[in-house]
Amino acid sequence: MPEQSVEPMIETESAAPVVAGTQTLVLDAEPEAAPTVEKSATKKLGLFGWIAIGWLVVIVGLALLAPWLPIAPPDQKFLRDTGAGPSIKHIMGVDGIGQDMFSRVVWGARASLLVATASVLFGLIFGGVLGLMAGYYRGRLDGVLSYIFNCFLAIPQLVLALAIIAVFASDPAVTVGEREFWLVISIGLVSIPVIGRITRASTLTWAQREFVLASRSIGARNKRVIIREVMPNVLPAMFSIALLGIAVVIVLEGGLSILGVGIPPSTPSWGNLIATGRNELTKIVGANPQIIFAPAIAIFLTVLSLNYLGDVVRARFDVRESAI
Amino acid sequence: MRAIAQRLLQLFVVLLLVTIFTSVLIDLVPGDVTNTLAPVSTPEQRAQLRHELHLDQPVWERYGEWVGGLAHGDLGCYYGTSGYTSGSSCPDKVADRVKDALPISLEIMIWAQLIALVVAIPLGVITAYRAGSMFDKGVNTTAFGLLAIPNFVLALVLAYYVGVVWHLWDINPTGWIDFGQDPVGHFKQLLLPVISLAAGQVAVYMRLLRSDMIATLQEDFVTMARAKGLSPARILWRHALRPSSLTLLTVAGLNVGTLIGGAVVIENIFVIHGMGFLIADAIVRRQYVALQSYVAIIALGYVAVNFLVDILYATLDPRIRHARAIG
Repeated sequence: MPEQSVEPMIETESAAPVVAGTQTLVLDAEPEAAPTVEKSATKKLGLFGWIAIGWLVVIVGLALLAPWLPIAPPDQKFLRDTGAGPSIKHIMGVDGIGQDMFSRVVWGARASLLVATASVLFGLIFGGVLGLMAGYYRGRLDGVLSYIFNCFLAIPQLVLALAIIAVFASDPAVTVGEREFWLVISIGLVSIPVIGRITRASTLTWAQREFVLASRSIGARNKRVIIREVMPNVLPAMFSIALLGIAVVIVLEGGLSILGVGIPPSTPSWGNLIATGRNELTKIVGANPQIIFAPAIAIFLTVLSLNYLGDVVRARFDVRESAI
Repeated sequence: MRAIAQRLLQLFVVLLLVTIFTSVLIDLVPGDVTNTLAPVSTPEQRAQLRHELHLDQPVWERYGEWVGGLAHGDLGCYYGTSGYTSGSSCPDKVADRVKDALPISLEIMIWAQLIALVVAIPLGVITAYRAGSMFDKGVNTTAFGLLAIPNFVLALVLAYYVGVVWHLWDINPTGWIDFGQDPVGHFKQLLLPVISLAAGQVAVYMRLLRSDMIATLQEDFVTMARAKGLSPARILWRHALRPSSLTLLTVAGLNVGTLIGGAVVIENIFVIHGMGFLIADAIVRRQYVALQSYVAIIALGYVAVNFLVDILYATLDPRIRHARAIG
C-alpha cells in the first residue's frame, strides 16, 4: 500500500525516450554498420557505439598506465611555458603554475574514474542486494526498505553527499586518501536508493515468471532462486545503471570539487582541474581557456560515451526504470 | 481522498526521519565536536557551547529543541572560533540568513524550471509530430549532447565568454540586485545561472515528452480526431499534449532534486548568495548547526514539491484518481 502511492515516482527521467532517441540516432548514423559480426550484438551498437567503446578503452588505458607513460609528471613545472597554449611539446598547453595540462588530464582520469567506479560498485553491491531482496520477498521487508529509500531520496543527492563529507572529511588537514575514501562512501551511499529501486522494480517483474515458479516448485531455496534465476535477468538493468551511474558520479565529483570538497587539488582529478582552472580563468587576465576546456572535454566525451552505451544496453534488454 | 491522506502520512514519516538524521549529523563528527567548532576556546567556553548546542542532552531532546526552534523561526547561530561571539546573544542568526537566501535560490530554480519547460514542450511536441525528420534528428542529437555537459562546465564557459572574452556585462556583481532596485541588472545577473541550470533539463524534458507524444499519437482517439478533420495543431496541443504530459510532470517534480544540486554548484560559481552558497560556506567554516537546518529545509522543500506533483497528477488524469481510490 505505500507502494502504490510511490508508483508514479518510479517512472523516471529518461526511460523510454532514450530508447527511441537512440534507435533513430543509430539508424541514422550507420544503417549497415559492421554487417559481418552477429546481428543482435551490433545492430543497436552501431558506429557511435564503437566510437564510444573506443574512447572509454583509451581513457581507461591511459588512466591505468599513467605512471608508465612517456609524459611529464603531473606536478612537474615548466616555468618558462607557464600559461602557454597548446604546442607540440604540450599538446593541451600549460596551466598557470607551469604544469603540463595533458599529463594532468591523464592523471585526472585516474582519480576521477577510480572514485566513480568505486562509488558505483559500492552502490551496486548494497543497492543491488537490498533491491533484490525487496523485490523478491516483498511484503514487510519491501515496505521498510522502500521507506528507507524514500527517506534518502528526499535529500537531493549532491546535498546529501555534501552533508556526509562535511561531517567526516571537511577537515582541511584531511589526506587525499581519506577524502577519496569518504567521497566513495558518501556518493556510494546516495546511489544505494537509486540503484536499489531500479533493481527492485526489475526483480518484481522477473520474480513472477514461470521459470522462477518452476525452480521453487522443484524445491530450490530462496537464496538459490535469487542467485541462479532472478539475478542473471536483473543484471542487465544493473549494468546499464552502472554505466549511467559512473557518468553521474564523474559529474558529481566535479560539482563537489567546485564546492571545495572533491578530491584535493594536490592529486589532479577532472573535477578539481576545472575547479582550479576556474579561479585562474577569472582572476588572471589573459589566462588560456584550455585549463578548463581540456578537462571539460574529457568529462564531456566520457559522459557522452557512458550515456550512449547505457542507453544501448537499456534498449537491448528493455530496461524500463531509471532514476539517475 | 484516502490516497492523499496516505501520501500525507508517508510524507510526514519521511520528513520525521530526515530531520532526525540531520540532527544526528553533529554527533557523527569524529572527535570532540566543540574542539572542531571552536578551536581556540577555553574549557569553560566549550562547556558553554556544549550546553548551548544541547550536546549535553540526549538526541531526542535536542531534536525536540530544534523542531521547537523551527516552529518559532529560530534555527540557532553561527558561532565564532571561541564559541558564540558574545555569550548567548547570537549576533549571526541562521534564520536571518535563510530569510535572505531562500528567495534568491527559489527564484533561480523557478526560472530555470519554467524556461526548461517552455523550451522543451514545443520541441517535444514538434519532434514527435515530425518524428524521423531532419529537424527531429538534429534536436535529438543536440539534446543528447546537452545531457553530457555538466552544468558547471556550461556555467564556466558562459561566464568566460560573456564576462571575460566579450565583456558583455559583469558576471559577478557585488551583492544581489533586487528587481525593484534595477530590473535590467536583476535579469542580467539571473541569465547565465538560469541558462546553465535549464540546459540539461531541456534535454531531459524534451526527450521524455517526445516519446510519450509518439505513443499518444498512435492512440485511437487521435485517429478519430484526425478523421473528424481537426487540424494537426489542434490535435497536438488540445488532444495529445495533456495525456502525454503526465510523465513529464512527475519527472519535473523529481528533477527538482537535480535542480537543487545544480543550483548549489551554480550559485557558488556565480557567487550568488542563495542557499547553495550558504551550504558550501557552512561546510568550509564547519558550521554544523547551520548546516543541519539548511539540509533539512532543502529536504522539506523537495518532498513538498513532489507531494504537490502527486496531487496535481491526479487532477490532470482522472483515471489515476479512480485507480487509486479502487486500489
